[in-house]
Amino acid sequence: MKQSRRSITDLILHLHPHTVPRETLRVSLSWGLGGMAAVLVGLLFLTGILQLFVYQSSVHQAYASVLILTREVPFGLWVRNIHHWSANLLVVAAVLHLLRVALTGAFGQGRRLNWVVGLFLLFLLLSANFTGYLLPWDQLAYWAVTICTSMLGYIPICGPWLLELFRGGSEIGGPTLANFFVLHVAFIPGSLFVLMLWHFWLVRRAGGLVQVKKDEQVPVDRVPTVPDLVVREAAFGLLLIAFVLILAIVWDAPLLEQANPGMSPNPAKAPWYFLGFQELLLHLHPVFATLVWPLMGALAFLCVPFWADSSLPTGVWFGSARGRTLAVWTSAVGAGATLALVLTDNLLLQSAAPVSNTLMTRGLLPTGLLIALLAGLYFLLVRKLKYTRAETVMAGIILTLVVLTACTIIGVWFRGPEMHLSWP
Amino acid sequence: MAAAEFGWLGLSFMNSRKERNRPAKTESIVTAGSVERFTPGTVTAVPVGQFYLACLGDGSFLALSRTCTHLGCSVPWDEEKNKFVCPCHGSTFSLTGEVLTAPAPRPLDTYPVRIENGIVKVDTSVTQKRERFEPAQATRI
Ligand code: FES
Repeated sequence: MKQSRRSITDLILHLHPHTVPRETLRVSLSWGLGGMAAVLVGLLFLTGILQLFVYQSSVHQAYASVLILTREVPFGLWVRNIHHWSANLLVVAAVLHLLRVALTGAFGQGRRLNWVVGLFLLFLLLSANFTGYLLPWDQLAYWAVTICTSMLGYIPICGPWLLELFRGGSEIGGPTLANFFVLHVAFIPGSLFVLMLWHFWLVRRAGGLVQVKKDEQVPVDRVPTVPDLVVREAAFGLLLIAFVLILAIVWDAPLLEQANPGMSPNPAKAPWYFLGFQELLLHLHPVFATLVWPLMGALAFLCVPFWADSSLPTGVWFGSARGRTLAVWTSAVGAGATLALVLTDNLLLQSAAPVSNTLMTRGLLPTGLLIALLAGLYFLLVRKLKYTRAETVMAGIILTLVVLTACTIIGVWFRGPEMHLSWP
Repeated sequence: MAAAEFGWLGLSFMNSRKERNRPAKTESIVTAGSVERFTPGTVTAVPVGQFYLACLGDGSFLALSRTCTHLGCSVPWDEEKNKFVCPCHGSTFSLTGEVLTAPAPRPLDTYPVRIENGIVKVDTSVTQKRERFEPAQATRI
């Protein structure tokens, strides 16, 4: 008994240091978001393996095997629902985790690489969700994947090649399903696992979670990992698992009719976490909506920690009270501006005669305006209002996420048939 | 290094699947029906060939692909509005397949049409991309 308990403790200590600073146990520092994401990934692995026993990845059998899973296999429906809800919650948890890291100044010196690893993890889990989306081969899946893979076609030079690579041919069909299946059950989980270990290890190497900077003389108050940290982690994890299990009893994961290549459902919406993107598609030229803007965003996020002094003071939310006010204002203005822009452009789209040269009017022009606007805002905040660079960067990150969230909300609830604006 | 090599290997494996699934380049002619069956100014769906046969005002024919040029949804013909309306991002196309509302960047693709002995035949193995509609694209008797 003693022996086995020791070995468990040892295992835990492989992942954690022996002691952790008391301060980092504070729930309101991290909200346990990273840990939650890890627990959800665990749930996804388990329920995923179970479903592999039933699922068949061929065009003729995929849909039927999902029906068998939900109707005949004991607890099959529940397991599928758990997988679905964990995947959706994982997107939420991961994005909030990113926000938390940005807002508590946790991408500065010593944590830069980990920010990048984290972004790759986010990318991986979005691709996991997306590739998993096709597997049931229902209407939802078929058309979402048609749209998303078509986006690849707009990449200059290698676009058409990439498109055919992922589809396994020029059209969506058996080979596409086979490709996505392999990516979903082998490639992505494997990479996710490796990157997650690296992510954790880098947190540990950086000395655990971020803390408020103190004077070097005062020794940090440390508590033992077992039990202080572990008990908290277990409680949080179990609570989360219970929540997901209940959610999966109450709400079923959607499943429409079998895929029909001849008829797109109206409206054909992407999964909710891509609806922010879809909103861009409605307003911009496809090259800009699918390539230029996402690329600019991704590059900005990747590079931000390498800009000197771009990280807030560590361990304090928003850096300071002044930072907090800025954050609140940014969110409000960002949400308002997005709404206004979407509504105006909607009017424009409806009134305007057939437009030519959309590459200019719906591509270069808005991109130029956006860059000018961001530069102007930066100038205003730093030079005129005397905010620090870190606070301005924080405002930028908040602005991006707020705009995306606003677009997502519009996409989920306020877009009806033919993607026209409408009440839910 | 090893990662790059593995990546390259993976890509070529995936690529091989794509090569195997190239459709054979044979002609596939779909018979749409005799000329008299179509009234000028209407659109008829031809489900076997997965295209629309548009009979333009002057009685000439245009075979339009049903795939939206934006991101590939399948566009239905809306009889009442007298245009194609894409359910995915709301692009609309005229009878001749031209873009009426963005975001679609170019007109619907067409297939070559031939009229033999008063029968309209469409070759669905060749997709023709175009930037705008020109009367020469339509086939007349
Ligand atoms: S796919 Fe038709 S408008 Fe986007």
